[in-house]
Amino acid sequence: MVLCGIDETIQKGEKVVVIGPSGSGKSTFLRCLNLLELPTEGEIWFEDYNITDSKADINRIRQKMGMVFQQFNLFPHLSVIENITLAPVKLGIMTKEEANRKAMELLERIGLTEKAEEYPNQLSGGQKQRIAIIRALAMNPDVMLFDEPTSALDPEMVGEVLDLMAQLAAEGMTMVVVTHEMRFAKRVGTRVLFMDEGKIVEQNTPDEFFDHPQHPRLIEFLSKIL
Amino acid sequence: MDRFILWIEGVYQSVFSWAEKVYQSFYDAIVPDQRYLAYLSGLKVTIIISILAIMLGIVIGITVAIIKVTSTNYKLKFLNTICNTYITIIRGTPLMVQLLIIYNLIFTSRNTNEMIVGAVCFGLNSGAYVAEIVRAGIESIDRGQMEAGRSLGLNYMKTMKLIILPQAIKNILPALGNEFIVLIKETSVAGVIAVTDLTKAAQYIGSRTWDILPPLIISAICYLIIVMGLTRLLAVFERRLARGDRH
Repeated sequence: MVLCGIDETIQKGEKVVVIGPSGSGKSTFLRCLNLLELPTEGEIWFEDYNITDSKADINRIRQKMGMVFQQFNLFPHLSVIENITLAPVKLGIMTKEEANRKAMELLERIGLTEKAEEYPNQLSGGQKQRIAIIRALAMNPDVMLFDEPTSALDPEMVGEVLDLMAQLAAEGMTMVVVTHEMRFAKRVGTRVLFMDEGKIVEQNTPDEFFDHPQHPRLIEFLSKIL
Repeated sequence: MDRFILWIEGVYQSVFSWAEKVYQSFYDAIVPDQRYLAYLSGLKVTIIISILAIMLGIVIGITVAIIKVTSTNYKLKFLNTICNTYITIIRGTPLMVQLLIIYNLIFTSRNTNEMIVGAVCFGLNSGAYVAEIVRAGIESIDRGQMEAGRSLGLNYMKTMKLIILPQAIKNILPALGNEFIVLIKETSVAGVIAVTDLTKAAQYIGSRTWDILPPLIISAICYLIIVMGLTRLLAVFERRLARGDRH
């Protein structure tokens, strides 16, 4: 059993950071939130809808949730701007012109407008991940889910991605972030969760969490990595 | 010394007369009674059957592959079983036996064009292999691509159409080209169901001239030219497809 007895509520505007050892179920927990993993038991409610209900329109619901993956998952056969505009246009949310305009705005925000017609394989890891983030933002989601967004990056590029995420946080985006970047948790998080063997073992505000850990497992974990 | 010169002359004579005989036998296999037309008409049949068969094979193959790929997601268990049975039977029995069975099944009921029967049979056979090619091509695309598409709110079909399939085609086309080349050579057994393809035409001419080797060699050369041409074309195509993959 990967997850066991998780019962959590995430409020709008929170930045929840989930940390824990490998196999603790933190990625599974995150992926359950947009039903990339299907829970065998229990319910998940998003904006007053039970998304685990069999009649739920999961595609509609996912439009309101943005996800950022460890391996970026940009579409290699499409240019950068096509990557960003694909979903809004094909789902009928924006016309091609509106989508292109929005995409260029977002690219300008991260300073990559000159890359609009280039292809993902011509970009660095940090650029790819920042573009993956704005691709998710193009759908105007209500919450952004980050699954170890910097774990596959060269150390030099981690900063630019975390900076973008911090900007999003400052603008009020609700975020759930699975990460190993403890300083980010301290800097941006409103709540930090520690998961171990499928359970949420401890959670607190970042300061309390890192300065006064309670659970022995967390104390052990923090001692090894800080 | 004179004996040596005589011996050289003797060897020369034998080689010359052997070369003349070979030339004559090839000449007889091509020119009298406008026999070259027989090769051309056989070649035409081979090409028509191959093209019809690969088209049918692609239609069947894509359908079966999509059923097999999507049945892991939705409840298409029944269709999936039919597809698996089809693939098992086609891949488990010899092509020639399939040809003979289908020919005898259809010919006992109606008077039909053998060339069409042949094309249908080769197409059915090809379909099973094309299905595996397409399925492998689709499944070779990283899972993350489907997850990214779905997480943006695109449904399964849209993600398939816009994200997975365009990438899968890059993997599928070279393998498909190879299947086409194999198919062209396989059509040489069409003679067993009374289709006058290139090979059968060569055999026919051989029976008229009582010398079967030259016509067979001529037909082999024809197949070789076609296959080499297609292989070259395929290589150009593959290079064009790979142009976008700079790393």
